[in-house]
Amino acid sequence: METYSLLREFADSWMLLFLTLVFTGVVLWAWRPGSRSKHDEAANSIFRNVDKPAGNGAASPQAGIKEACK
Amino acid sequence: MPVESEVSINAWAWSAPILTRAQDKTKGRKMWEYVKLVALALITLMAAIAANYARDPAYMVNALTVMLVAGGLFLWSIRRVGEPRAATPENEYFDGVVRYGVIATSLWGVVGFLVGVIIAFQLAFPSLNFEWAQGYANFGRLRPLHTSAVIFAFGGNALIATSFYVVQRTSAARLWGGNLGWFVFWGYQLVIVLAATGYLLGATQSKEYAEPEWYVDLWLTIVWLAYLAVFLGTIIKRREPHIYVANWFYLSFIVTVAMLHVFNNLSIPVSIWGSKSVQVFSGVQDAMVQWWYGHNAVGFFLTAGFLGMMYYFVPKQAERPVFSYKLSIIHFWALIFLYIWAGPHHLHYTALPDWASTLGMIFSIMLWMPSWGGMINGLMTLSGAWDKLRTDPIIRMMVVSIGFYGMSTFEGPMMSIKAVNSLSHYTDWTIGHVHSGALGWNGMITFGALYFLVPKLWNRAGLYSLKLVSWHFWLATIGIVLYASSMWVTGIMEGLMWREVDANGFLVNAFADTVSAKFPMYVVRGLGGLMFLSGAIIMCYNLWMTVRAQPETASDNALVPAE
Repeated sequence: METYSLLREFADSWMLLFLTLVFTGVVLWAWRPGSRSKHDEAANSIFRNVDKPAGNGAASPQAGIKEACK
Repeated sequence: MPVESEVSINAWAWSAPILTRAQDKTKGRKMWEYVKLVALALITLMAAIAANYARDPAYMVNALTVMLVAGGLFLWSIRRVGEPRAATPENEYFDGVVRYGVIATSLWGVVGFLVGVIIAFQLAFPSLNFEWAQGYANFGRLRPLHTSAVIFAFGGNALIATSFYVVQRTSAARLWGGNLGWFVFWGYQLVIVLAATGYLLGATQSKEYAEPEWYVDLWLTIVWLAYLAVFLGTIIKRREPHIYVANWFYLSFIVTVAMLHVFNNLSIPVSIWGSKSVQVFSGVQDAMVQWWYGHNAVGFFLTAGFLGMMYYFVPKQAERPVFSYKLSIIHFWALIFLYIWAGPHHLHYTALPDWASTLGMIFSIMLWMPSWGGMINGLMTLSGAWDKLRTDPIIRMMVVSIGFYGMSTFEGPMMSIKAVNSLSHYTDWTIGHVHSGALGWNGMITFGALYFLVPKLWNRAGLYSLKLVSWHFWLATIGIVLYASSMWVTGIMEGLMWREVDANGFLVNAFADTVSAKFPMYVVRGLGGLMFLSGAIIMCYNLWMTVRAQPETASDNALVPAE
C-alpha cells in the first residue's frame, strides 16, 4: 500500500478512536466525583500570591502544605 | 559543650564548599560574559559582511539592523564586564519585562491601527497610493505591515507580557531563567523590526500572516523556544499544586505556534546573501500547510492565548472566581482537539480534495460548541456582580470583548459551510469577520488587561481617569460596529454581484462595477477604524498619566528599579 493510503487509513480508524477516547477520558476526569473542592480551590488560586512569590512563611496555605510535604 | 562544638564543626565543614561554589559562580559568569562578547562580535562582523554582499535592499537593511544591534550590545556589554551584579531577588516577581511589554503593546497597537486606517483609506481613495511612494508605501506593501503589526506586534507583545505576569502569580514563583525573559522581549522586538522593514522593501514569502523571510523565521524560532523555556520553567518550579487553566491556554498557544511556524516556513534560501527563499512544499500541499498554519494562528495565537488572558483578568477584575472551573477544562480540551482540523475551510472549491474541505467544515461547525461554552463561562463569571457593568468601564470592555468572541465564533463556523462560503469567500465579508474578532475580541480584552495591569505594575492606586476609559470604550465599540456592518453590506453585495447572471446566463457585472459600488462602505469602514485608533490613543494618554500623575501607593510590592 502506498504511504498516503496507509496513513489515511490509520488516521481515520485507530488514531481517530484513540483521540476520541482521550477526549472522553479528559471530560470524565474533569467530572469525576470529589473534584469539586479541588476545582474551587484552583479557581480561587488567582486571589493569592498577588504581590510576592510564595516563600518561607508564605501567605499561601497551599505552598505551605507543599513545603511541609517535601 | 558538645552541641556547640558540633555546630561549629559543621559550620567549618560547610564553609569551604560554599566559598568554592561562590568562586565558581563568579568564574562561570565571567566565562559567560566572554562567550557573549565573542558571539556578539562575530554576529556584528557576519552582519557587516552580509550587508556588503547583499543581493537585495531588504536583506541589506536587515543585515545593517542586525549589525547595529549586535554592535551596540557588544559595546554595552564590554563596558559592564566584571561589574558586580545584584543577585536575583527570588522573593520578588520579575515585573520589569512585563512593564516593557505593556509599553510595547500600547505603542505597537497604535502603529498597527494607524497603518490599518491608512490602508483602509487607500482602498477608498486609490490616489492615496502616492506616486513618489510606489514600491514602499502602496497598499500591497503596507497591508502585510498592518496585519503583522496588529497580530504579532500588538497581540504578540500583549500575550508575552500577560503570560509572564499571569504565570508568575498563578505559580507563586519568580519567572524562570533570569535574563532570558529580557532576551525573549528584545528578541521579539527585533523580529518585528526586521519583518516590518523587510515588508516595506519587498521581502515576503507570500504566505499570509507568515510573510517574513527565512532568516527572520530562524531568529523567531530561537526566540520562541526561549519563550517556551521561560514559561515552562516557571510552571515547573511553581509553588502552587495546580496549574491554573489560564496557563494551559498560554502553554498550548506557545507550543502550537512553535510547531506551526516551523512547518509552514520550511524553505530553502536561494542564496545566504539574499532574502528570497523557495518553499519546500508546492502546489496544493503548500496551500494546505499554509492554511493549516493560518487558521491555527487564529486558533492558537488569537484565540487560545487570549483565552488565557480572559481566564485570568476577567475573574480578577470582577473579583470573583471563574463561573465553572470544570467547564474551563472542557473548553480547553475541546478547543485544542477541534481547532487543529479546521484549516481546510479556507480552501473550499479549490484543488484541495473534497473530503479534506468537508472535514475542515465539519470541525469548524463543531468548534461552535466549545467556543460558546467558553463565552458563557466568561460572561457568567459576572453572575451576582452584574452591577459592576454600570460602575466599572474596564469590566464593560471585557464583557463586550467576550460578546465579540461569541459573535465571531458563531459567524466563523457559519462562513465555513460550503454553501455560505461560495458567497462569502474572496469578499469583504471575510475582512469584516476577521475584524470583529480582532478588534472586538483581541483588542478589547487586551485593553481591559492593560487597564488592569498598569496601576498594579507601577504601584498606582488607580487609573488616571475612568471617564477616559469610557470614552475609549464607546469610541472602540462604535468603531467596530461601523467596521463590521459596512463590511457585511459590502461583502454580501459584492458576492451577489459576482454571481449575478442575466436571462442568457451571462455575468451581469464586471469586477470594476463591484469596486465602484463598494465606495461608500469603504469610507464608513475607514471612519470606524479611525474611531478605534482614537480610542487607543486616548488609552495611551490615560496609561501615561496614570504612571506620571497618580500618587504611588505604599505596598510591599515595591517598585524594582529598572534593570
